[in-house]
Amino acid sequence: MAPFAGYDMPISYPRGAVEEHLLCRRSVGLFDIDHMGQVELRGAGADEFVSGLVSARVLDMSEGEARYSLLLDEKGLVLDDLFIYRLRGRWWIVVNASNRASDLAWIRARAPEGVIVDDRSDDTYMIAVQGPRAIELLDAVSGGAVSALRRFTAGEIVVGGTKVLFGRTGYTGEDGGELFFPAVAALELWELLLAEGEAGGIETAPIGLAARDSLRFEAGMPLHGHEISPSINPIEAGFKWACDFAKDFVGRKALEDVVAAGPSRRLVGLDVTGGVPREGFEVLSPAGEAIGACVAGMYCPTVKKYAANAFVLPELAKPGTALAVSIRGKPRDAVVVKRPLYLPSYRR
Amino acid sequence: MKIDPNCRYRSSHEYARKDGGEIVVGISDHAQEALGDIVFVEMAEPGKKVAQGEPLGVIESVKAASDIYAPVSGTIAAVNPALQGDPALVNKDCYGAGWLLRLSPSDPAEWDGLLDAAAYEKECGKE
Repeated sequence: MAPFAGYDMPISYPRGAVEEHLLCRRSVGLFDIDHMGQVELRGAGADEFVSGLVSARVLDMSEGEARYSLLLDEKGLVLDDLFIYRLRGRWWIVVNASNRASDLAWIRARAPEGVIVDDRSDDTYMIAVQGPRAIELLDAVSGGAVSALRRFTAGEIVVGGTKVLFGRTGYTGEDGGELFFPAVAALELWELLLAEGEAGGIETAPIGLAARDSLRFEAGMPLHGHEISPSINPIEAGFKWACDFAKDFVGRKALEDVVAAGPSRRLVGLDVTGGVPREGFEVLSPAGEAIGACVAGMYCPTVKKYAANAFVLPELAKPGTALAVSIRGKPRDAVVVKRPLYLPSYRR
Repeated sequence: MKIDPNCRYRSSHEYARKDGGEIVVGISDHAQEALGDIVFVEMAEPGKKVAQGEPLGVIESVKAASDIYAPVSGTIAAVNPALQGDPALVNKDCYGAGWLLRLSPSDPAEWDGLLDAAAYEKECGKE
């Protein structure tokens, strides 16, 4: 167990982080992610407010659509990353646990009169169900309601008598989705999913924080505080696609300057030989000079690589560039590789 | 927690087992359990002389890296080649297929100073 944003969360369950990772890639993993925050925005002017608040285009979303976005400050730096759902008459925004309070303060300080900013985190529970057989398992508990929903859409389903908002999204690179429902039903739904997996012969098991991290890392998804943070802009981190320059949003002007000048550094993946690169380890140029630090690094069980993410000068960011990572004082070979290491199943 | 009665131990959780004239070195079941999934093992090269208590190499788990120390002085005779491709052998079978290396001991008297199984079990109980 480990403290995480005020929650006690398991690093791994008894089968261990590597096996949990592989299990999620071959069958179904359950993620107890109640720590994630949910903010609901509604009221007159909410649509325009959300559009100006976040980086991604949102006004073209239809009811039931879900989209990834960034929350930027005026300097174009990343305060948080968000999953935004457009629901009937309201916006449902999923925020990172560690940024919940600061996001809410940021949003409330900017919300015009008429827009209601509702922190729904405490009364909402969140479980993610991810893996190649996740939809099969979810269909079994929802009367087949889930397979009817496309990727990046959401709908209301009923599981074990509980009304659940289901979004076909996730943070692993596998198909599946995320369930939002009243916190009081948490244990019942968790046990129902495990029991249905057992009864239906669908291998299903809980996944801890360590495997959650390695799954998202392999699939090229960012973790706030690592690949994105209040000292990183989305252009250098490879998230220009999540910024809609055809509209106005907080941070846009600063990002236009970055785009015009070209980013001063870029996020790259490194395939490392001879040890496990970890956050904070120095990255060395071919000449042996320290040129940065790993923002994340670990063993990746599916691709069987020791890999890191780091920011380097644009001229060193090309796949195939030979760099090094200092592991316990020794330079170890690190080759720039194309991200993601693991192409999400729904992008193949 | 399994404790191999044929081994002697260091309080830092390495075991030593006599095999012919050599000493097989690994980490205890208690240690592999505490480390969690082991994903990388790197030991010093055969031929290297080490004194008791000096680092022999490093084991990295999902969580962290841990130095491994020589339970007795000697020369490294062999390192387990299977761990390069499958470091998880240390988790699966720490006293068997997951051994780390073999030492040719230079001071047979050091063996007697190591913890026997009962003393090591007591030591683990204190943690």
